[in-house]
Amino acid sequence: MSGFWIVLTGALVASCCAILGCFLILRRMALIGDAISHAVLPGIAIAFLMSGTRDSIFMLLGAAAFGFIAVFLIEMFRSGGVQSDASIGVVFTALFAVGVVLISLNARNIDLDLDCVLFGEIAYVQWSTLEIGGADLGPKAVWLLGFTLVVILLVISLFYKQFKLTSFDPALAAALGIPVALFHYALMGLVSMASVSSFESVGAILVVGLLIIPPAAAYLLTDRLGPMLVISVAVGIVSSIAGYAAAVALDASIAGCMVCAAGVLFAAAFLLSPKHGLLALRRARSRAAA
Amino acid sequence: MKNGTAPLAVENLTVAYRKKPVVRGVTFEAAEGELIGIIGPNGAGKSTLIKAILGLVPSLEGDVRIYGRPYGQQRKRVGYVPQRESVDWDFPTHALDVVTMGRYGHLGMFKRPGKQEKEIALDCLDKVGMAGFANRQISQLSGGQQQRVFLARALAQDAELYFMDEPFAGVDAATEKAIITLLGELKRQGKTVLVVHHDLATVADYFDSVLLINGEKIAYGPTASTFTPELLHRTYGGKLAFGIPVPAAFSAAKGG
Amino acid sequence: MWEMLNDPNLRWILMGSILLGFGNGIVGTFSYLRKESLLGDVLAHAALPGICIAFMLSGVKSVGLFLVGAAAAALAAAALTNLISRRSRIKPDAAMGIVLSVFFAIGIVLLTRIQHGSYGNQSGLDKFLFGQAASMTMGDVYVLGGTALGMSLICGLLFKEFKLVSFDPAFGRGLGFKVTALEYALLTLVTVVVVTGIQAVGVVLVAALLITPSVAARYWTDRLAAMTVLSGAFGAASGAAGAWISSGVNQLPTGPISVLAATGLFLLSVLFGPKRGILSKLLLRRQAKRDWISKQLAKAGAGAPATQAGTANPAGERGASL
Repeated sequence: MSGFWIVLTGALVASCCAILGCFLILRRMALIGDAISHAVLPGIAIAFLMSGTRDSIFMLLGAAAFGFIAVFLIEMFRSGGVQSDASIGVVFTALFAVGVVLISLNARNIDLDLDCVLFGEIAYVQWSTLEIGGADLGPKAVWLLGFTLVVILLVISLFYKQFKLTSFDPALAAALGIPVALFHYALMGLVSMASVSSFESVGAILVVGLLIIPPAAAYLLTDRLGPMLVISVAVGIVSSIAGYAAAVALDASIAGCMVCAAGVLFAAAFLLSPKHGLLALRRARSRAAA
Repeated sequence: MKNGTAPLAVENLTVAYRKKPVVRGVTFEAAEGELIGIIGPNGAGKSTLIKAILGLVPSLEGDVRIYGRPYGQQRKRVGYVPQRESVDWDFPTHALDVVTMGRYGHLGMFKRPGKQEKEIALDCLDKVGMAGFANRQISQLSGGQQQRVFLARALAQDAELYFMDEPFAGVDAATEKAIITLLGELKRQGKTVLVVHHDLATVADYFDSVLLINGEKIAYGPTASTFTPELLHRTYGGKLAFGIPVPAAFSAAKGG
Repeated sequence: MWEMLNDPNLRWILMGSILLGFGNGIVGTFSYLRKESLLGDVLAHAALPGICIAFMLSGVKSVGLFLVGAAAAALAAAALTNLISRRSRIKPDAAMGIVLSVFFAIGIVLLTRIQHGSYGNQSGLDKFLFGQAASMTMGDVYVLGGTALGMSLICGLLFKEFKLVSFDPAFGRGLGFKVTALEYALLTLVTVVVVTGIQAVGVVLVAALLITPSVAARYWTDRLAAMTVLSGAFGAASGAAGAWISSGVNQLPTGPISVLAATGLFLLSVLFGPKRGILSKLLLRRQAKRDWISKQLAKAGAGAPATQAGTANPAGERGASL
């Protein structure tokens, strides 16, 4: 049973991240995703300190606030003339450092250690269950992630064409009257939400892996956005199952193994994709030369 | 002249990036059913002017009226062809889908494009001679073909007033021909088209009117009376190397 | 806190951290100008599996071996990032994200293997995550300080060449410089400073010592030489602050403190930097506004047509609201 809950949690994390990641990499914002997943840490720490509980609502709010702060600051420094990657680097390292300091200084008050910050505690997810009226409804993390996934699915499917057009051609989108900035911030908000929901299970840094790697693999396997989303989710779920199996076999970090599994799948797509893979491209080139 | 229902009336439009104004106090009014070329050297603010009219960059001051009303209320009557380089052609989508995007403005907030939109899009692709490429991934199209896809998308917008940002830049002969045919077709339908254009040699053939700008408006009027050596000289500030005799001889100064 | 300076051990640690910060700051200038700031982040995260493998193979905690392992892993990561973004449609930013997270994940897997396994001397490796300056020994400080000094020297000697490949590589190639070799040299330097910085600041945040001081320095000067030195100085100050404060407070890893110190310097620069700083921009804008208004007034006063005079005023107001 414990394996089931861990794999389910992993699959939910992977699905949330895989969907949002597609839009991130198409907008060339992969590293903004990286920045957000780091920047939510102080929000989580402050929510802990203020509420004294691991209550998800506070964590979600705190993290979302810091996700927005990060995006806002990055944009502010960039418009002030700092190169965009440097601006990302300055902001997320600073915010992450604040989070780490807050957690280290309050180690006794915060039921959260630095290991968890880095690679999560997916193995413990099953012990913290949601109980209503005495009935055990399963792990809290599963409920939280399930809720997040539903929100993501709802928002993305309702506004699919807007997200697509603002990703492909923001100038036309703006000219058509689509509020480009609003959808930008909506996406950032969803990424913050996914980061914090996933945080307990896989940690801040490995979230990035699940945000970027499955979509990148999918990007190499298809030329349509719809299938890309589906393949990305599939790669994410397969990674979480394979990763769990590997972690049991190796007696090592589950979250780490999940990201490694995603990496293996990406490498396979990179080499073997029928259209965009390294081998296919090489074959096409040698045929062109012949 | 000022009858309030001109397709486009721009008054005293000023745009600044950071501190430096790039478009200064431009005023002009486009007449219905005209093909208008926007001509000027690099960095003269041609694209910026279009973007400011469409509200894509904030303007410092000035007023823009589309058929007598602000652009925000008239979006459906306006079509826009951005520069080809402005998007990522590796985006996972195919030609037909890009053209369908032109219909998004007519769909409501939540409605997805359906069969009807697809048919319109296919029809528009056909008009630019690209129907055979509908299912082609967009990165596998040539530069000219990509440009034609963008034009088809603007057609799908079914607008009355079009803005095109350098549609002729770096395209092959077939595409150039397709664009010219299309412009003629739009004109026949009584649409108004503003085109940012670089190739001085073809200006007289393509456009009814020209707007010469170099930061500020140098001149605006019918091509025959406005596209003159003196005014061009003022526009390009002597950057056109030799004598500037008749506009037809300008091909050597391409892109000037 | 001053009495810490009397402790010879701490003095060495402080010295080591200052040199590390200095080296990072100097090399970071070129990374910034080459728009490769986040490459340092990738290299740093990627170093973790290298450190773990070096430990698993040798079974001993040796800074020298760790540096070799970390550098090898970081260079492999750089090569892979390059391969992915050049040989597929994946954009460079996504390629960096992929390599960073996969390498770090491998590192985490190995780290947990080590912790769960029978490697005995297991403690200490996790100090590399956020850095622990206090755990440095005198020998480490010699190695690290020497490396940092060497880096600064190389940057000084190849200053003109690095300037060229940062500003205009194509032109450099035209002049007959071995641009590719120089680019690799710069990559090696970044790898070395990041890897040596890991012990003090940790893999997770060491890149900030590369990025933040150089961005801060950019606010003060338009000249590369001055920017390089200033960036080094900011880096040194941040490293010192990190080592010093964290050695005085229990439970506090060095990395985050160093990063916060660098961020503080950055914020000061954003506020007070001449020309680019917020304060001087405000002053400049106020000046421009005054000029604009007086110009408009002059125009109106010069008997311009009524319509123009009518628009002059709102224009002035809108200018003011900017």
